[in-house]
Amino acid sequence: MNAYVMLGVFQTSQKLRTSLRLLSRAGLPPVDLQVQLLLRGRSPQSATFSRELHLGPDGPASSPAAAPRRLPFSRVTVEDLTFFGKTLPGRAITDPDLVQSSNEDWLKSVRGSSEVLLRPQTTQEVSQILSYCHSRNLAVNSQGGNTGLVGGSVPVYDEIILSTSLMNSILSFDKISGILTCQAGCVLENLSLYLEERDYIMPLDLGAKGSCQIGGNVATNAGGLRLLRYGSLHGTVLGLEVVLADGRVLDCLSTLRKDNTGYDLKQLFIGSEGTLGVITAVSILCPRKPKSVNVVFLGCETFDQLLKTFQLCKGMLGEILSAFEFLDSECMRLLNTHLKLANPISDCPFYIVIETSGSDSDHDSQKLHNFLEEAMTSLLVTDGTVATEESKIKTLWSMRERVTEALTHDGFTYKYDISLPVERIYQLVTDMREHLGKRARSVVGYGHVGDGNLHLNVTSPAKDPALLASIEPFIYEWTAKFQGSISAEHGLGLKKRNYIYYSKSRPAVAVMGKMKTLLDPKGILNPYKTLPDDLK
Amino acid sequence: MSGRVLVGVKRVIDYAVKIRVKPDNTGVVTDGVKHSMNPFCEIAVEEAVKLKEKKLVKEVVAVSCGPQQSQETIRTALAMGADRGIHVEVSGKDYETLGPLQVSKIMAALAKKEDAQIIILGKQAIDDDCNQTGQMTAALLDWPQGTFASEVTLDGDKIKVVREIDGGLETIKINTPAVLTADLRLNTPRYATLPNIMKAKKKKIANVKPADLGVNLTSKLEVLRVEDPPQRQAGMKVETVEDLVGKLKESGKV
Repeated sequence: MNAYVMLGVFQTSQKLRTSLRLLSRAGLPPVDLQVQLLLRGRSPQSATFSRELHLGPDGPASSPAAAPRRLPFSRVTVEDLTFFGKTLPGRAITDPDLVQSSNEDWLKSVRGSSEVLLRPQTTQEVSQILSYCHSRNLAVNSQGGNTGLVGGSVPVYDEIILSTSLMNSILSFDKISGILTCQAGCVLENLSLYLEERDYIMPLDLGAKGSCQIGGNVATNAGGLRLLRYGSLHGTVLGLEVVLADGRVLDCLSTLRKDNTGYDLKQLFIGSEGTLGVITAVSILCPRKPKSVNVVFLGCETFDQLLKTFQLCKGMLGEILSAFEFLDSECMRLLNTHLKLANPISDCPFYIVIETSGSDSDHDSQKLHNFLEEAMTSLLVTDGTVATEESKIKTLWSMRERVTEALTHDGFTYKYDISLPVERIYQLVTDMREHLGKRARSVVGYGHVGDGNLHLNVTSPAKDPALLASIEPFIYEWTAKFQGSISAEHGLGLKKRNYIYYSKSRPAVAVMGKMKTLLDPKGILNPYKTLPDDLK
Repeated sequence: MSGRVLVGVKRVIDYAVKIRVKPDNTGVVTDGVKHSMNPFCEIAVEEAVKLKEKKLVKEVVAVSCGPQQSQETIRTALAMGADRGIHVEVSGKDYETLGPLQVSKIMAALAKKEDAQIIILGKQAIDDDCNQTGQMTAALLDWPQGTFASEVTLDGDKIKVVREIDGGLETIKINTPAVLTADLRLNTPRYATLPNIMKAKKKKIANVKPADLGVNLTSKLEVLRVEDPPQRQAGMKVETVEDLVGKLKESGKV
């Protein structure tokens, strides 16, 4: 071991960062400095430098949500940085201040220690990067808007972050068929604005629309507020362009509504959470913008009445119903307290947000009026208000969309996204409240009740492993008892990967493992996520 | 005193909508565009309804001047708690040239006809930003005016008005009958709740023509041209301070 390597062992990773900073700003350093840096390299002892923030109280294997040990991928060297710098001039970022925000998730619940953030602009660049990383055995974490809620969008260790943020061009839009083709980094809200000008809308909508990117939405099979009406991405996505782990570009970017020629490969990648390939372009079928939109905010005394209102709604509003969401009184309390949003109606135990979308405002208002009259006279609903104006519609929707934000102000949040038979949804919330008692600060329930999807959230003043141990696996066992899904739309990511067996059988998971091995034999794409640890 | 309040409500393009100028530059596109009640008129209605709830006034009458669709705006006021509505029918060319002077003549005529004690209007409309109708109405009736009101208190046959002015707040006391115009902080308009929306369907909206009120709608104003504001130029990113100084010198700014 020569003196330079010894030096490397005793220096903190700060020194490497400083030299990297010099590299990224001034281009290649002179040859003798290169040699010095190469020798200073990283010795095996530097494994302790990576901040292992995900360790459970007794070490890595204790909590199923905690990260496993780092797998033996290569580490980034100066040569690698040179290659990245040449392939993506000015867009291979190593400045720690800039990389930092991409290392941490939106909830601030998990943080990686990647030192490299790559921002390609074209599919070709993504292909070159992956081909190189594959040959070098470097792990890669693809990242869109970084709004995921299960720790799947940020590195666990030092995986290279491959951001699609600069791949934000719209490639084409067919006004007759409503088929939009765009790069994976397009922000959902921007796509919506583009389409609205052309009298169309995106088939999906979620609270994170201002930041989330369509590639990430597809990779996680995002559900959202409009799924009730327009269906899931498995139906609306017509084609994908994906770059595989070894850099090969898989062009399945068809824009055809119907195409039964062979296996439908794109379905594999939708919801694969970046573990089977990196999505670089999407073609999606968009519905026409409705001429008439109404939003109704209702209050109910009991969950049973809420469900009866849902039945009535489906019967009387029928084809114009485009969303049916609920929140409980605890959610309203958090909205009032933390975001100063006033309750549009009087205080009730349950609130419903109903949206109708149609092509004729007279027809829709008549149906809506009849439904509301029936709901009120049969006492299913105790109070409510209606909005037809854009500004009021936005305000009523924010009562539902901003619950997630309100929770972040209430303390450390434990988020659960469960699918259950619709009659059982609120029972889980009441059982959880009883089970946790005073240990939790707030236990709230809200979500896409029309789709049988509950968002159950628990807050505590600070991260509390004992509280977590009370919640999990209680909640997963409860869900499994009624054959529900432990992750309706958020995906598995890092946090829920080991709970997959509560909702999928061993043979099914085994086949998933085989698909992963087939498409990514070296396992460099988003390692440590989605599939359970016991598959390795 | 009649205890009757007249509230003017205007139908305007919804404030959340992106405005587009017509290709011939004669105006903005209104066909098929979402319209709603002017936000300041909402505040005016809310204030009137609050006065009625406090039993300080007996009846709230919502008035709107415009085409058929103005009735929707009156319905919204009824759903918020107004007792009845008056739709003054103005359409076609007359509607295109309808401005503060014409509306204030109509409001003045109605105030006399309905024996109103107070007229509350929004301080201005978000489409023309004129801020003139309240003032003109008061002048035509020779009534006192409390404009830019952020607080209104009825005190016997007088009204105490706290006004928002450039330097801060000004408090005045005026006699009734009077004209008030509502500013942003006067109140927060309520949501029309379902029971009230149902009730509003049964409330009456009377139909009146400007000629019946003896009002001449001719305007002495002619709109010559409507244009978009100049496009905002994209900014430029530079890498170093030297670059910045260089660019500033180039563009003649330094």
